[in-house]
Order: sequence, then C-alpha cells, then structure tokens
Amino acid sequence: MQMPEPNAAILSRKARIVERLRGVLSADAVIDEAHEVRAYECDALTAYKCPPLAAVLPSSTEEVAAVLRICHDEGVPVVPRGSGTSLAGGALPTADSVILGVARLNEVLETDYDNRFIRVQTGRTNLSVTGAVEENGFFYAPDPSSQLACAIAGNIAMNSGGAHCLKYGVTTNNLLGVTLVQMDGTVVELGGAHLDAGGLDLLGLACGSEGQLGVVTEATLRILRKPEGARPVLMGFSSNEVAGACVSDIIKAGVLPVAIEFMDRPCIVACEAFAHAGYPDCEALLIVEVEGSDAEIDEQLGLILQIARRHDPVELREAKDADEAGRIWLGRKSAFGAMGQINDYMCLDGTIPVSELPHVLRRIRELSEGYGLEVANVFHAGDGNMHPLILFNANEEGQLEKAEALGADILRLCVEVGGCLTGEHGVGIEKRDLMADQYAPADLEAQMRVKDVFDPKWLLNPAKVFPLDASAQRRAA
Amino acid sequence: MLTPDSETELAEVVRTTDGPLRIIGGGTRSVGRPVTGEALSVAGLSGVTLHEPGALTLVARAGTPVAEVEEVLAGAGQRLPFEPVDHRALLGTEGQPTLGGMVAANASGPRRVQAGACRDFLLGVRFVDGSGEVVKNGGRVMKNVTGYDLVKLMAGSWGTLGVLTEVSFKVLPRTAEVATLRLRGLSDDDAVRALTAGLGSPFEVTGAAHDPQAGETMLRIEGFADSVAYRAGRLGDVLAPFGEVEVERDPEHVRAAWRRVRDVEAFADRAGDVWRVSVKPSDGPELARRAGAEAVLYDWGGGLVWLLTPEGRDLRPRIDGLKGHATLVRAAEATRASIAPFPPEPAPVAALTTGLRRKFDPRGILNPGLMD
Repeated sequence: MQMPEPNAAILSRKARIVERLRGVLSADAVIDEAHEVRAYECDALTAYKCPPLAAVLPSSTEEVAAVLRICHDEGVPVVPRGSGTSLAGGALPTADSVILGVARLNEVLETDYDNRFIRVQTGRTNLSVTGAVEENGFFYAPDPSSQLACAIAGNIAMNSGGAHCLKYGVTTNNLLGVTLVQMDGTVVELGGAHLDAGGLDLLGLACGSEGQLGVVTEATLRILRKPEGARPVLMGFSSNEVAGACVSDIIKAGVLPVAIEFMDRPCIVACEAFAHAGYPDCEALLIVEVEGSDAEIDEQLGLILQIARRHDPVELREAKDADEAGRIWLGRKSAFGAMGQINDYMCLDGTIPVSELPHVLRRIRELSEGYGLEVANVFHAGDGNMHPLILFNANEEGQLEKAEALGADILRLCVEVGGCLTGEHGVGIEKRDLMADQYAPADLEAQMRVKDVFDPKWLLNPAKVFPLDASAQRRAA
Repeated sequence: MLTPDSETELAEVVRTTDGPLRIIGGGTRSVGRPVTGEALSVAGLSGVTLHEPGALTLVARAGTPVAEVEEVLAGAGQRLPFEPVDHRALLGTEGQPTLGGMVAANASGPRRVQAGACRDFLLGVRFVDGSGEVVKNGGRVMKNVTGYDLVKLMAGSWGTLGVLTEVSFKVLPRTAEVATLRLRGLSDDDAVRALTAGLGSPFEVTGAAHDPQAGETMLRIEGFADSVAYRAGRLGDVLAPFGEVEVERDPEHVRAAWRRVRDVEAFADRAGDVWRVSVKPSDGPELARRAGAEAVLYDWGGGLVWLLTPEGRDLRPRIDGLKGHATLVRAAEATRASIAPFPPEPAPVAALTTGLRRKFDPRGILNPGLMD
C-alpha cells in the first residue's frame, strides 16, 4: 500500500508549526516528541505505520477550529482520529501530517428523552452513548463490533454499522445533526434535533466521508426505547447453500429479525476451539435474533423455526434463558479473537446481494485454494455484508502481499456480483486502489468535486478513499 | 417538451442544450421557486429493472410510476417503508407520481418517524449531471460505505444537482395487521405528550399524528396479528392517563385514516398557503401558537407541523428562534417568487450548497433557482 512522499518543506518547518499549535492549545495537548507520536503511527490496520509530524488533542470545537486554521494556513495535511480502531487505515498518518485526535471531547451535552435524542461530543465511545441513556430504558442502535472502544467521530466518518442494522439501520440512519469544522476553521451546524434537511442533505453527505470534508466535534444522535426482550436461535445446516436459502426464505416470509449472523465451517471450528460455545459440527451456522415481548418472540421464532425445518437443519437450538442466549452469541462474538489466536488475519468487508451468497462462498473457496490461504467466513447475512477473514502468517516473507492480493480478488468478486467493496468499515487506504473497480472515472470525479467544495486545498485526510493517481493533481495543487 | 426514452438520450439532451431545463417526473409536485425553462420529462425512462424479494431490494428507472412499484412490491408482500406522500390532492395537480420525483422530493409519510425517510431506504442512484455526464453512486446492497454518499445528497435535491435516471431501494415486508389507537378532544400540548409517551414506549409505534380540527390524536401499530393485539393493549395502558382510548382494527379504515394524514387531505380543498415545518416534537405546539394558522396538522409525534396560513404571508418571522426548517409547499406562483419556499441557510452552509451546485451543474441549467 503506497502513501504519498512527505512534503520536505513541511518537515523542515516542524518547529514553527508545533510552536503555532502550542499557541492555541494547552501544553499537554500538543505532542511532537518522536517517542510520543509513535502512539499515533497506525490504527487497527496495523500492517501500515508512519509516525505523524505531531499530534494534537483539542478540548473544544473552538480549539479544533484554531488548529485547523493554523494547518490550513501552513498547508499541513490533517488526519482526524477517533479512537484509532479503523480496520481500513482511515487514521493512518503521513510523516508530514498532524493527527487531530478527538479523545478529549467526550462529554454528554444534552439528553432529551421526550424528543428521543442525545447530543454528545464525538470523542465519546459508541457504547458509552448507550451507557448514558440505558438507565432510562433507551439505547443508541448502531453497534459496531469495536463499540467498547470506537468513538462516535469515527462512526460518523465511516458510517459504521453493526450486527443489528438489518432492523435499525447504520449510523447515517440514526444521526440527526453534527457540528462540523471545515479545514479553514469554518464551523457549520448541519441538522439538529428535528428530522430531515430543509435544503440539500449535507448531513447525509458528511456522514461516511471518512474525515475528508470536515472534523465532526458534536453529534445529535437518535435514541430508541429498548425492546421488551430479545432471543436468539441457532441453526446448523449441511451446506452454505442451504443456509443461504434459509436466510432468503426467512426474509421473504415477512419476518424482520434484528440480526441474522452466518458462520461457515472454518469459522465454526475456530470459534468452538476458542470459546467452547457448544456449536454443532456442521458446514454452516445461522444465529437469528428477534425482539419483543415473550409472546411476540414466540410468534416470530415459531415462524422462523418452521421455515428452518424445511431446510433439513442439522441442529435447531432455541435459547431457553439469558444464559443460553449468551452461549449462542458467545462463539460469534469471539470469532475475531478466535482467529487472532491461531493466525494473523485480514478482515474484509464487502457486501453482496443476499441471493448471491452460495455462489460467492463457492468462489471464495476456490480463490482460497488457489492462493493456498485459508479463509473463514463470518458475516451479517440479512444484509449481505460479508466479513471473510483471510488467515496468514505475517512473519513469513510475502504472505501479507499474498493475503492482500487474495483480499482484492474477493472484493472484486463482490463488485462483480452486484455488491460493493465495503459495507461498514470504509475505504481508507485499504480499498482505495480498488475504487476504480467499482466506480467509473466520472463517478469518482463527482465525489472528488464534493471534496473540492469542502476542502479546496485537499488537506484533510488527503491520501485516502480515492486512488492516488486519481487524486494526485488535486493533492499537488 | 423534451422526452428522451433512455439514459443515453437524456444525457445527450442535457449535454447539447443551451437553455435552462425544467425537469419533470409525473409533474405532481409543483414545489419551490417557479422555474422557467424547457420541460424535460423523465417519464420515458420507465420500468422496474430488478426486484429481489429475498434480498429486500428493488431497482427501477426514475420515470416509473410509484403506483406501479407499489403494485410489484405488494405482489411479494412488500412495500416502500417510508410511506411516500402523494401531493396531488394538496397541490391540486394531476398525473402519475414517479419514483424519481419522489426521491427528488425525499417524500416521506407518517412512518418516517419510526422507519426512516425516503433517503434512508435509497440504496443507489444513477443520474445525469448538469454537464451531461452519467454518474452512479451507491448500488443495490443494504450496507455500502464505498466512497461518498451522494445518494443522500440526491434525495431531496429537487432535480437541481442532476436528473435521476435510476434508483434502488431497500424495501420491507408489508405488515399483516394494523391498528390505530385514537384519543379525542386533547389540547395540542396534551396530544404531543400522548404521542411522546407512545413513541417512547417499547411498542413500536409507526405513526403518531394529531389533527386539532378533527379533535383526533392517533397512534399506529403494525405487525403480526398476536403482536398487534398485544401491543395495542399495552400501548392503551400507556395512553390511558390522557383519556379514553379507542382501538380501530379494520384495515381499510386504518389505512384511509393514515392516508389522510400522509397527504394532508384536510387542507386540500381549503384556500390558503401551506407550510411544512420540521422541529423537535416538543416545539410543535409552540410553533403552531406563534404561526397563527387557520388550520394545523401534526405528524411525526409533533415534529412535523403542516400549517394552513393566509395567502402571501411569510411564516418565518413569526417562528424565528425555533430550531428546524420551514418550507412553503403550496402557494401562488407570485408568492413563491417573493417568499423563498425553501429555508434560507446560514452563510457558511449556503456557501457549501452553492459550491456543490456549481460543481454538479456548472452552467446552472437544471431547475435553476428552484431551491433558492
């Protein structure tokens, strides 16, 4: 993965830039010592590292604006950072960039149960937003796997999803408003506690723009009343095809579960060895969860189980109590940890039309055999968002490159069948150079023009999202 | 009228034209500043190109009638979940509302408060920009964060950034049963409190409206039979402190009642301007008091307020200080020329909006001025 050469003129002006930043922030909020900036050299895509010129940790929207004005004036690229959990390299710095971390912006500003929203500073973690309202029976719906650590700022930048978005939608469907600071320090309010835009939907445009249009410092989020209860059911099948057909039949029947999770054999075996969740020995496994009162859950699960039985399941296991429900989710939730124990792995994030599931799983198996690297599949089947995990050994020469090549082939396959490169992780640097596989030059040009409007000098997170050659002229200007 | 019947032809028309274009789907949503220009109809680009019930997806050309799409979906027990408004009665227009027009207006009805707006279910778009270039964004899968979300930008842009040629949607199952819980004779304040109690309950209220003229406050529940019965009962308990709760289960009656809310039918035959205001729900009654309207209809739990006001009067000075946005949806052309139908934006936001328009439509030929 290539990154642009750092600008030597900026590197040579480091002392002056740092001094100017110290002029607008408290002493401990500007980090420039070599051993300290290393803490910001990468995010969760750890294969790529580069210490930034400096890192700043502003404590208010005004401080963010002051930092951005200085960097704009000095022509210094800025890389916004939430909690650094991006799997796509969204917060990877370059040597000539300033990392702008929102970690110190973590207050709850307003909670309004009558109007069902919460306003927070965006350094706050996803889970702690729900934490702030759950005593009153409410929750914030988007639930990315990293929700314990990931910041709302990053969720907005990547339009993060989670396991429960089949019913509740992703970040953009639960985001009501933001305070966004543009690269030149201009502060704009988009949206608010009311619904929908009066003019152009700039809020919808900002969400998922990967920190390239502005730095979001405050967010108004929709909160929902918690359902009365939820219950999962586990189903084992003799092939991926049968499991895929079962998913499709459940959806066609008019039931809308909150989650339908799919695991294939390599994943089941690894999870079982790691978490001892008591999963059956089978080719494919589904976890389907529904919500409501006990009686409503019985009604929905009754229908789901009836459909599943038509597909000759190897096993059907309904959770009788909270403990059994926990065990059903245990293996799924520890899937990534389980994989990490046996191997290095690369987690992909393509989405496909649900109907293509059997075909895509077959092709992934063929590709995996061709490359000689094992792939385990765990994903949100209801919405077609796949997370193939490519297992490799990072210490072995050439294996990372080989895994990346296999990953690129799998993502191209997703696009080929009518899907996309990334369902919830974002493009970052990881999928940047594959964008031309999904989008024609005119499609990319239309997106880059949006950045021209928000950030004419292309200083905000500049080397991400678009293929480097496509954005080269704009970044150089 | 220009009537291309393919995307290629439409792109050619835009590329080679000199003058401004007035873009028309079904011609049923005459909203915004009056636009002068040659009419460009998208009706020739019609037809559902893909419907996969098992994937909850539908793709269709922009000129496809909404009614045709609803029929295709109904055949598979599905629907457009955001309950698009049909503006014909309110605006006194004729013709067939199209999918493209619906998206351009981000037309969403009562269910928006729970399920989401048109923009939330729009998965992908193809459009021709002001230079005649075909652009696609998003796709036909439910989760997609590949690049910027121009899909949201196009929804509600009223044909000012590009001419839509194809749109794709996430659809949802049509629910088996419905029920309306109705309270009578509540003040606006109490009505919004009752709606708030319902929307803040775990019983999945999919409609929450108040019609002061009819003296009716309504909440809707949808789902499987047993579930609707159970939730109607529990929600009735929640609403009991506000008065006697009637439960309506006849599907035809329930549907008709919510269609009246969706299409603001109460204002259809009455003279006057119609404003549509989005605020946080608890501000709804205060907004209505200040507006001095002749009639009011609350939807979205009080957060969407429809106001019938004397002709030619600007509402905005009266509601200054309340956060949200007000759109003049219905008024004589002269009024729509003198009072901005779309909410004026603060300078830095207006700068972004103007900048985007210049990029997408450098010659300023697509519905020029409609949203100004």
